[in-house]
Amino acid sequence: MIKFKFKNFLTSIVAIFILANPLYSAESEDLLKVKWSFKGITGKFDRASLQRGYQVYNEVCSSCHSMQYLSYRNLGEPGGPEFSEVEVKAIAASIEIEDGPDSQGEMFTRPGRPSDKFKSPYPNVNASIAANGGAYPPDMSVLVKARPGGSNYIYSVLMGYEEPPAGMILDDGVYYNKYMIGKKIKMSSPLTDGIVEYSDGTEASVDQMAKDVTTFLSWAAEPELEERHKTGTKVIIYLVLLTILVYLSMKKIWSRVNSEV
Amino acid sequence: MSKEEKKVNRRDFLFTASYTVGAVGLGAVIWPLIDQMNPDKAQQALATTEVDISQVEPGKSITVLWRGKPVFLKRRTLDEIAEARAVSMDDLPDPQKDEERVKDGKDEWLVMLGVCTHLGCVPLKDKGDYKGWFCPCHGSHYDVSGRIRKGPAPKNMEIPKFEFVDNNTIKIG
Amino acid sequence: MSDHEYVPKSKAGKWFNDRLPLLTLGSHLTDYPTPKNLNYWWTFGGILTFCLLTQIITGIVLAMHYVAHADLAFASVEHIMRDVNYGWLIRYIHSNGASMFFLAVYIHIFRSLFYGSYKSPREVIWIIGLLIYLLMMATAFMGYVLPWGQMSFWGATVITNLFSAIPLVGESITTWLWGAYSVDNPTLTRFFSLHYLMPFLILGLVVLHIWALHVPGNNNPVGIEIKKPSKDTVPFHPYITIKDAFALLMFMILFAGFVFFTPNVLGHSDNYIPANPLVTPAHIVPEWYLLPFYAILRSVPDKLGGVILMFGAIFILFVLPWLDTSKVRSAVFRPVYRQFYWIFVADVLMLGYMGAMPAEGIYLVLARVGTVYYFLHFIVVMPVVGFFEKTDPIPMSISEPVLSGGAEPALAKKDNDKI
Repeated sequence: MIKFKFKNFLTSIVAIFILANPLYSAESEDLLKVKWSFKGITGKFDRASLQRGYQVYNEVCSSCHSMQYLSYRNLGEPGGPEFSEVEVKAIAASIEIEDGPDSQGEMFTRPGRPSDKFKSPYPNVNASIAANGGAYPPDMSVLVKARPGGSNYIYSVLMGYEEPPAGMILDDGVYYNKYMIGKKIKMSSPLTDGIVEYSDGTEASVDQMAKDVTTFLSWAAEPELEERHKTGTKVIIYLVLLTILVYLSMKKIWSRVNSEV
Repeated sequence: MSKEEKKVNRRDFLFTASYTVGAVGLGAVIWPLIDQMNPDKAQQALATTEVDISQVEPGKSITVLWRGKPVFLKRRTLDEIAEARAVSMDDLPDPQKDEERVKDGKDEWLVMLGVCTHLGCVPLKDKGDYKGWFCPCHGSHYDVSGRIRKGPAPKNMEIPKFEFVDNNTIKIG
Repeated sequence: MSDHEYVPKSKAGKWFNDRLPLLTLGSHLTDYPTPKNLNYWWTFGGILTFCLLTQIITGIVLAMHYVAHADLAFASVEHIMRDVNYGWLIRYIHSNGASMFFLAVYIHIFRSLFYGSYKSPREVIWIIGLLIYLLMMATAFMGYVLPWGQMSFWGATVITNLFSAIPLVGESITTWLWGAYSVDNPTLTRFFSLHYLMPFLILGLVVLHIWALHVPGNNNPVGIEIKKPSKDTVPFHPYITIKDAFALLMFMILFAGFVFFTPNVLGHSDNYIPANPLVTPAHIVPEWYLLPFYAILRSVPDKLGGVILMFGAIFILFVLPWLDTSKVRSAVFRPVYRQFYWIFVADVLMLGYMGAMPAEGIYLVLARVGTVYYFLHFIVVMPVVGFFEKTDPIPMSISEPVLSGGAEPALAKKDNDKI
C-alpha cells in the first residue's frame, strides 16, 4: 500500500517539475555536448585542464573579459586548479595592481598579492563597451551559470565560428556564430591553433583550449562544486539511513494500534 | 528470555538508534550555522600587511591598520631602549624582558598591537607616568616597551607576528 | 481545548503551570487526538512548518552577509557563495527552500481540495491558510529581487507595474512602491526590509492556523466527523510525530537532491547577470510556483482586466467554502466531483506550463481556455455538481467503513488506495 501511494507521490512531483520547467531549446541550434568530468553526482574537475584553462583565460580572454569576483588566492584553494602556494604568489606578483591612497593621498601600483581580486582589463563597464565596438564583454566570474546550457553553451560558442551562410550580410566587427542567439557575435573567434603554448606540453588545438577554458570558467562559476558533491553524497546516505530507522520505528509504533501506516 | 522481552528490546534499540542518528544529524546541521559567523576566506586572506618604515625618524612612531586594529610601529632612541631594559622584573605586573618584545638586531623597532589589554581601547602615545602609552578609558599606563606598569590592564600590549622583509619594510601577520 | 484536565506531576511544574499554562499546552499538543486513518498527504502540514523554519533560519544567516544596495547586492551574493564559510550551502538551501516550500504548500492545498477540508466547520482554517499562501507569494517575490540580477530587476519591474493598472491612482501607487521613478535602490532596500518581516507574520498566522485546526480537529480521508478521543483516533505523539518525521525525511532527500546536485535548475540563468535597467531579458518568467497566475495575467488582452483576473484567481479561493454546495466532504465518495477535481488539477498544471511559454499562438489560446475553465470550476462546477451529484454511501465511522445499508465493506478502503 505504501509503495502504491509513494509511486503517486513521486510521479506528481516529477510531473510538476517537468511541466513547470521552462524549455528554451526551440530557438537555438542544439548545443555541442561534451562529457565533462565535473558533471554527475560524483563529478570532479580535471586539475590539469583547470590549470591550462587558467592559462588560456590569462593569455587570451583576460585582455577583454574581467573576472571581478575571483581572487588569485582562489587558484590555490581545494577543488580548483590547486596551483601551489608558491605558484599562486608568482601569478599574483606578475600582475600590477593599483592600490592606495598612500599616506600622501596618491594611488600607486604594486605587485599583486594572493588576496587581490583578479585585475579587470578596463576601469569600468563603459570603458569596456567603448573599447569593444559597443559590445560589453561580459564578466566571466559566473558566466557559465548565467547562460542556458552552461558549460556546453560556452564550449559551443567557442567552436561555433563559421563562414556566414550565403546571403547573410554582416556589419563590420560582427561575426557569424551558429550557437549564439541570433547567430551573430561581436567577438571575433578568440582561439586559433597554438595561440597559447601549454606549459605541460599538451597540444594547444582550438578544441583542447575551448575545453580547458570552459572547464576553468565552470569552476570559476561554481568553485564549491566538488565540496558540494562530496557533502551531498554524505547527506543523502545519512538521510536514507535515518529514513530507514524512522520507518522501522514507525512500523513498530503503529503496530500498537489497529491501523495501517 | 521470553518472546515478549525480545520484542521490547528490539523496539528500544530502534528508538535509541533513531534518536541517536537524528541527534548526530542535528549537530552536523548546527555547525555550518555557527561557522558562517567566523572570519570568511576573504578576511583570512587579508591577514598580512606590508609597511614601509623608511620615513620614520628615531623617537617617532607610525600607526597602521592590520586586521581592523591599529598596530604601533615605534622607532625607539638608544636612551629609550636603555630605559626599557633597565627596569627590574619585579616592577612589572606581567614580567617580560624588552629583548623578548623586539627582533634580535632590530631592537630599535617596537611593533605591537595598539590595543589596551584591559577592554580594547587605543592608548595615547607619549603619555602616562612611564613615558610610553596611556589608555584614557580606564587609566592604564604602559612603558616604552609597551608593558603594563600601572592601572587595570592585566597584560603587556600584544606583539603580533611580523618580520622584516628588508631594511625598510615590515610585514605584519 | 483538551478533553481532560492536565495536572503537572511536580510541585514546581504545577506552580509554573498555574501562572503560565505552557505545560497544559504541551500536554494538549502531544495528546491531541488525531484520526488514525490520515494518509501521507496529511504529513505536509508538518513539512511546511519545517520549510518555514528552514527559510527563517537560513534567511537570518544570509542577512548577516547580504548587502541591500543596488551597487553591492549582486557582489555580496557572490561573496556569500565564494567566501563565507558554508555560504554556498546556506544560500542554496534558502533559494531551493522557497521552491520546496511552494511544492509542499501546493500539495497541502490540493489535498484540502480533494478531501473537502475547507468545508464547514473548517472555513477559518482554510482562510488563514490562504492568507499564509498570499504572504508566501509576496515574500518569495521580494526575496527573488534581492540578488539584484536581471530576473530580479525585471521581475520587480513587471510585478510592481501591475499596480499601475489601477485607474486614476495606479501610477502614483507604483511610484510610491518604487520610491523612485523606476525600480531602483530604494525599492531594493524596502523589499529587503519587508522580506525580513513577512516570514514572522507567516509564523504568527501558522499559530492561528493550527489553533483553528485544533478546535474542530483534523478532517480525514473519509471526511466524516469523528468522536475524540475514541478508537478512531490516536494521540498526536508518538503516532503522528513519527509518521510526519518519516515523510519529512523523504521530503528532505528530495530537497537535498536539489541543493547538492542541481541547485540552479529551478532558478533562471538570467539572474546570474547583474541587473541592467537598459536591457530586458528575452524571456521574462517568474519562478515556477507563480506560473499559473502569470498565464492568467497574460491571457487577458487588457491591462486592468488581466490584473483583476489574476488576483481574482486567488481571491475566489476565499469564498470556495460557500461555493461548494455538496453535503459530502471527501471526494472519495463524490464520483462526479472526483472527475472534475482531476480536470482542475490538469488545468492548473497546463496553466503553469503556458506561463513558461511565450504568450503567442497556440500557447495563448490554451492559456485562455485554461483561464476560463479555472473560473468555471469554482463558479459553475462546484455549486452545480454539489447540488446534483449522487454521492456514494458514506461509512458510519472510519474504523468500520461498513454501511448499515449493506454497501460493500471494501468501498472506502478501495477508493482510499487510489488516491
